[in-house]
Amino acid sequence: MPRMRMNQAITAAIADEMRENPDVVVFGEDVAVAGGPFKTSDGLLEEFGPLRVRDTPISEMGFLGAAVGAAATGLRPVAEIMFIEFIGVALDQVVTEAAKFNYLSGGKVSCPIVVRASAGAGLGFGCQHSQMLDSWLIGNPGLKLAVTSGPGNAYGLMRSAIRDDGPVVVLEPRPLYAMRKEVRTGEDGIISLGKAFKRVEGDDITILALGSTVWASLEAVASAEGWSADVIDLQSLQPWDTEAVLRSVARTGRLATVEEGPLAGGWGAHVTSRVVADLFGELKAPPLRITSPDTHVPFVKELEDLYRPGAAYIAKQISALLETGEVPAHWWESEGAAA
Amino acid sequence: MSSESLERREAIRSSRRARYERMVEIRVLEDAVRALFAEGLVRGTTHTCQGQEAVSVGVAVALRPTDTVCCTYRGHGAALALGLTPLSVLGEIMGKEVGSIGGVGGSMHLCDTSVGLMPTMAIVGAGIPVAAGAALTAQVRGTDDVAASIFGDGAANIGAFHEGINLAAIWKLPVIFICENNHYGEYSRINLTTPIENLADRAISFNIPGEVVDGQDLDLVVDAVERAALRARAGEGPTLLEIKTYRYSGHSRSDTAAYRPEGELDEWLNRDPINIFGARLVAEGLLTEAEIEEIAADAQRAVDEAAAVAQDSPSAGIATMFANV
Repeated sequence: MPRMRMNQAITAAIADEMRENPDVVVFGEDVAVAGGPFKTSDGLLEEFGPLRVRDTPISEMGFLGAAVGAAATGLRPVAEIMFIEFIGVALDQVVTEAAKFNYLSGGKVSCPIVVRASAGAGLGFGCQHSQMLDSWLIGNPGLKLAVTSGPGNAYGLMRSAIRDDGPVVVLEPRPLYAMRKEVRTGEDGIISLGKAFKRVEGDDITILALGSTVWASLEAVASAEGWSADVIDLQSLQPWDTEAVLRSVARTGRLATVEEGPLAGGWGAHVTSRVVADLFGELKAPPLRITSPDTHVPFVKELEDLYRPGAAYIAKQISALLETGEVPAHWWESEGAAA
Repeated sequence: MSSESLERREAIRSSRRARYERMVEIRVLEDAVRALFAEGLVRGTTHTCQGQEAVSVGVAVALRPTDTVCCTYRGHGAALALGLTPLSVLGEIMGKEVGSIGGVGGSMHLCDTSVGLMPTMAIVGAGIPVAAGAALTAQVRGTDDVAASIFGDGAANIGAFHEGINLAAIWKLPVIFICENNHYGEYSRINLTTPIENLADRAISFNIPGEVVDGQDLDLVVDAVERAALRARAGEGPTLLEIKTYRYSGHSRSDTAAYRPEGELDEWLNRDPINIFGARLVAEGLLTEAEIEEIAADAQRAVDEAAAVAQDSPSAGIATMFANV
């Protein structure tokens, strides 16, 4: 298996789909000549030419709208939103147009667009370029959402997203672009949307993680003393792998979600409510949500590190849950940081 | 349904008399829609287009059925012109299975891909970049299809207008931007919201041709859209057409349009597109005064019949809640 960085795996996935299907086109800001601000489309212009690989103006509403129209008439556009915040000026096209075209055409007009975006904190971009914003993108019928956590699933999820007949948003945590790992490419490397991936197996608790928090969770488990956990990389949030999650929690009896993003309205609440409703009587402890505080992503490195749930904090919260049987306070509550 | 739409489309493309009949059909259907609302047979809201019939029919005549059309929530006229049947339009407005998308959309949501009508969009300006995207498909695939976006004057102040046209201009996409300027964005007259007289002037900033067209004269609309389509098919890029017209009714069903200056409506009624084109066909010897009356009566009968059939048809059922999501 070739070793690739996550940005290279994304490029490889798009290129493989473009080779197989002439309807796949790529556009976004600086994706063609420059190969993408994060080098996620490096070489595509050279191989596939300017008809299929295009730079756009800084004009998200315009080019996501164009993606919708192109998809509705037969192409499979892969559009890049440089930072997920920029989707704010174009959300209409994703949520109100693309997600509803199949419904509003009696099933005649599908809208197979992929919106790729870098997301998340960790690189000091400040609070307008560091959010995950996954919570904006769940709860929209007709729209799928996947989040990559490294080169392997970035390749596999991207190929599935391009093949999907409806709109899919793929969030790519920015700090992971440089992560290098072996990647299973080709048909065998394709990962279905809506499928979770269990990264390690353990007995005492199920940890659900996504994107960057997968690695923090694995590190927490590796350093754990006296307990072990299933660490499940959800990979997709819409739809999410209910079956895999319920199966795991039914066995471990405990659940922790590890989210990069505010406590309020986070995906952990969405997933936890389902688990609790289905397995209430079998739970050995209340569900634990490990999240960022309800504040903006800080700029200063030490504070940004604090914002993102880290391995030590994850281990501490889970150990406390296992010892006391009660949900411990969030760090910003117990240390009075918010005051 | 789709082969009937196509036949209806071909009819207006080949026959001037059929164009007249279609404009009358649109007028009669829109009046019927308002009456159905008043009777409580239709719920929600509706936006009718009495006075703007020549724009809808002109676009449908000039474009081919294989071209893509993006249209707004004021779309009954465009849909009928493109070929949708009165039953398919009224059925949709009434939420019936016989509607163009099975009754799940209502008045603002019509669609028929057999004649190029994309799902009509109820967000102002949304269809402008979408049409650019449809034109991108034609360009990538090397066909000579074009795309058109029909939108109102209100859309000329939303970002999607500027972004969509700019993108189409730099990529030289085969698309026609058709601003149906009926002089009112919702309840506000255009001079209160827009600092220029002619929206076509905005074409200058995108370095594309812009043209003001008299929207009450069907032949002029057809001619302008045909020229723009010719340019697009020849690879010369987009055109912005500002087709000036007038909305006889208010914005939506609850709007009585009391804000209009006195006499304005009367002035436009004097330039009614159906009367203008009808008189021309009479002068050309293609129609007689008696036939004009027959056509109106026939249209009324056909629309009434379609309304009755729609009313007696089953409403969209529970299965439609979960289909095509």
